[in-house]
Amino acid sequence: MNEKPQAAIVLDPERYELSAEPLYHFDVDRREFFKLLGAGVLVYSALNRAVTQESGGAGHSWGDSLPKEIDTWLHMGENGRVIVYTGKVEVGQNIRTSLSQAVAEELHIAIDKIEMVMGDTQLTPFDMGTFGSRTTPTMNLQLRKVAAAARDLLVGLAAAQWQADRTRLVAADGRVGDPQTKRSVEYAALVKGQQLAASIPFDDPLVSATDWKIAGQSVHKVNGRDFVTGKHRYPSDLKLPDMLHGKVLRPPSFGAALLSLDTQKAEQMGVTVVHDGNFVGVAAPSTPLAERALKSLHAEWKSERQPSHDELFQYLKKNPENGNDPTGDGDRFAVGNVDQALTSTDHKLQQTYSVSYIAHVPLEPRAALAKWEGDNLTVWTGTQRPFGVRGQLAEAFRMPEERVRVLMPDTGSGYGGKHTGETAIEAARLARAAKRPVKVVWTREEEFSWAYFRPAGVIDVTSAVHRDGTLTAWDFHNYNSGSAGIRTYYEIPNQRIVFHPTKSPLRQGSYRALAATANHFARESHMDEVAHSLKMDPLEFRLKNLKNERLRAVFEAAAKRFGWEKPKSEPEQGFGMGGGYEKLGNIATFVEVHADLKTGEVKVVRVVSAFECGAIVNPDNLRNQIEGSNVQGLGGALFEAIAFDNGKILNGRMSEYRVPRFSDTPVIETVLLDRKDLSSAGAGECPMIGLAPAIANAIFDATGVRLRSLPLIPNGLKAS
Amino acid sequence: MPTLPLVVNGRDFSLEVDPQTSLLTVLRDHLDLTGSKYGCGEGVCGACTVLIDGKAQRSCITRVGSVWPKTITTIEGLTSGEQLHPVQQAFLDESAMQCAYCTSGMIMSAVSLLNANHNPTERQIIDFMDGNVCRCGTYPRIVSAIQRAAKVMAGSPVAREASR
Repeated sequence: MNEKPQAAIVLDPERYELSAEPLYHFDVDRREFFKLLGAGVLVYSALNRAVTQESGGAGHSWGDSLPKEIDTWLHMGENGRVIVYTGKVEVGQNIRTSLSQAVAEELHIAIDKIEMVMGDTQLTPFDMGTFGSRTTPTMNLQLRKVAAAARDLLVGLAAAQWQADRTRLVAADGRVGDPQTKRSVEYAALVKGQQLAASIPFDDPLVSATDWKIAGQSVHKVNGRDFVTGKHRYPSDLKLPDMLHGKVLRPPSFGAALLSLDTQKAEQMGVTVVHDGNFVGVAAPSTPLAERALKSLHAEWKSERQPSHDELFQYLKKNPENGNDPTGDGDRFAVGNVDQALTSTDHKLQQTYSVSYIAHVPLEPRAALAKWEGDNLTVWTGTQRPFGVRGQLAEAFRMPEERVRVLMPDTGSGYGGKHTGETAIEAARLARAAKRPVKVVWTREEEFSWAYFRPAGVIDVTSAVHRDGTLTAWDFHNYNSGSAGIRTYYEIPNQRIVFHPTKSPLRQGSYRALAATANHFARESHMDEVAHSLKMDPLEFRLKNLKNERLRAVFEAAAKRFGWEKPKSEPEQGFGMGGGYEKLGNIATFVEVHADLKTGEVKVVRVVSAFECGAIVNPDNLRNQIEGSNVQGLGGALFEAIAFDNGKILNGRMSEYRVPRFSDTPVIETVLLDRKDLSSAGAGECPMIGLAPAIANAIFDATGVRLRSLPLIPNGLKAS
Repeated sequence: MPTLPLVVNGRDFSLEVDPQTSLLTVLRDHLDLTGSKYGCGEGVCGACTVLIDGKAQRSCITRVGSVWPKTITTIEGLTSGEQLHPVQQAFLDESAMQCAYCTSGMIMSAVSLLNANHNPTERQIIDFMDGNVCRCGTYPRIVSAIQRAAKVMAGSPVAREASR
């Protein structure tokens, strides 16, 4: 390395998720480094500020002064291929594509020159997980900075080569050009023979959304061909030589304790049998043999009496648990004097709303393939938290995280349901005993019973309003379902908003949009009820109490596209709306239903969603997410509910648990508000939250029947 | 264990396998054709759909011993060389997927539909496809993709980009 480029790169450690745990520890052995990545250009971030600052200047030779602990974000090899490393994972939200767009935009390079390495705990920087619609606001921005740093490095290389003033050089279409001399050179030629590294600048100028050429476009799924040809290997498709198939014995009910176990028959089948505490599993060369061995086990269990779905809502209100909800806006918010406002009102309304447990039903069930090499463990698994699963494995096997590697191939969806590493631990436990790689793929029945559910909840709302439609008091209590989206965006002087954690009869966890669905269902249904009690138009009533300009804009845009003012064409027709603000996005959803009290049939005919999430990264994929949110949301709104009794799931099969199908799908229209002046936000969750209240409000509009429990019509509509 | 003949994607196989084993297990575990997916194990989600003599069947509830001499086509057998089947291409053109775990089953069902009905109405598409689940909710796009493929297969011009 003779010449160093003169790129003006600020050597600040990058500050992405500094609150998170340390990054992987990369003991810098120069030769190892070369072997791993090859020559070229590297962009990294470092934790050790001192070392970084020492190096000074711009890019520097790898061997010279690379910090001890680094995260490699981007590598451009001598062939001009770019590899980008991110701990985020792909579960169908199409971030492999949208993040590639971000890199292509800032690096000024064709998108097909980019390969994303995602969710590999050995190769990618630490990441807490892919949830909470965080990829677009955080990782998209991070990778844009990474790509901008690489671009600066390349411009610096060209400037040094030509002895030219770097400020007049321009990067475009995979080349650096000098407009004055008309010279230009390909990135690959610049990179040839180089071993350059640069840390991520903290404040490098990024391409403004108004100038985007690749970002902002409707780019198709980058590896789409692998999916339509069946070539892509999901976690459940993976195979290794000598691999065994694992099966795990499940208790007859939740929390049952194993009293005795007879494994004699299974052991005679020549399979691996593991009995370790409450864990009992088998591993065999074929799935049918593993299933037969599992059936041959004779186990006795002791079960405790547990509540049923009939008593769920009473149970939640009667069983408080001291604790905090880590996912939401906080447990308690108060302003003004709610009690006084409620006693001095001329118009008060008190109602209770509830939501059931629902299942994610990711079409690919949990799956993992585990392999031990000496004391080192490698697991391929479908999880939204590869680093979290690494931690779970390290804990389960009492080993340091450095000896565990978790890889996440693009997976058959998650919806918040794959934050945990059950199959990873099961496969690893069986593989350790068998001394061979073991794959565990859950059956659909296992997925229904032994994963976790969206929390059920009860929400009590009491409001006060002036006769002119001005809200004066809002008392809102959520039991168990969570505090995401619990705060109201309507202007109300007296508020008391409380999340009450309770005990849960079923294992519960994250679900797309978390409790925002429940809290918006209660709030937006209640708003509709208040409007009707005042004989006010529900849209007018909302806008009267709403100052948030972004939210007003989506309500107005959706109303216009929907034709809110238009008269109904038949008595069974009903119109309704719901909307809100969540995860930095704004949604308004308007719904037309056909609801017939005589037959009990309800059909959601048409949905209009207006959505705004800042500058749009990929319009068609955004529409795809909004459409999908509406289709998936339809299930929880209309008919999805987990039935359970005494520690057993009663409808834990797809033939018994109804999910939305082609014939359930309404006409879905999306209105996108592109705010290029605002940072891009995610869209996987927010578009879902307005649907359920909009449907409930539309059913009321058609029939006069007010439904306050999700799902609304598991058994059709009945006059109440 | 008896030896079973099986014709998959134009190739003859002879397998030592219990005839009661599901066709899906044989395709995935014995022949390493993993494009057909497990979703429910009871024939109600469509992720495992393959063509048996050109007709969509759920391979998870089909006993492998019941198939021969009928021929099986899986998603891996749909392309001719590098050339995608018009239905595969249409799914790409309409971005009719998110996680895409359902996609191979969707495509195989759609091919079966178009084999039998070259110009299905929207209602016919919905009725035929109702046994296939897309949990990500891309149904409207899948309907558009099937309509697009029908046009391509009939030789009619189609706009390059989705009309949305």
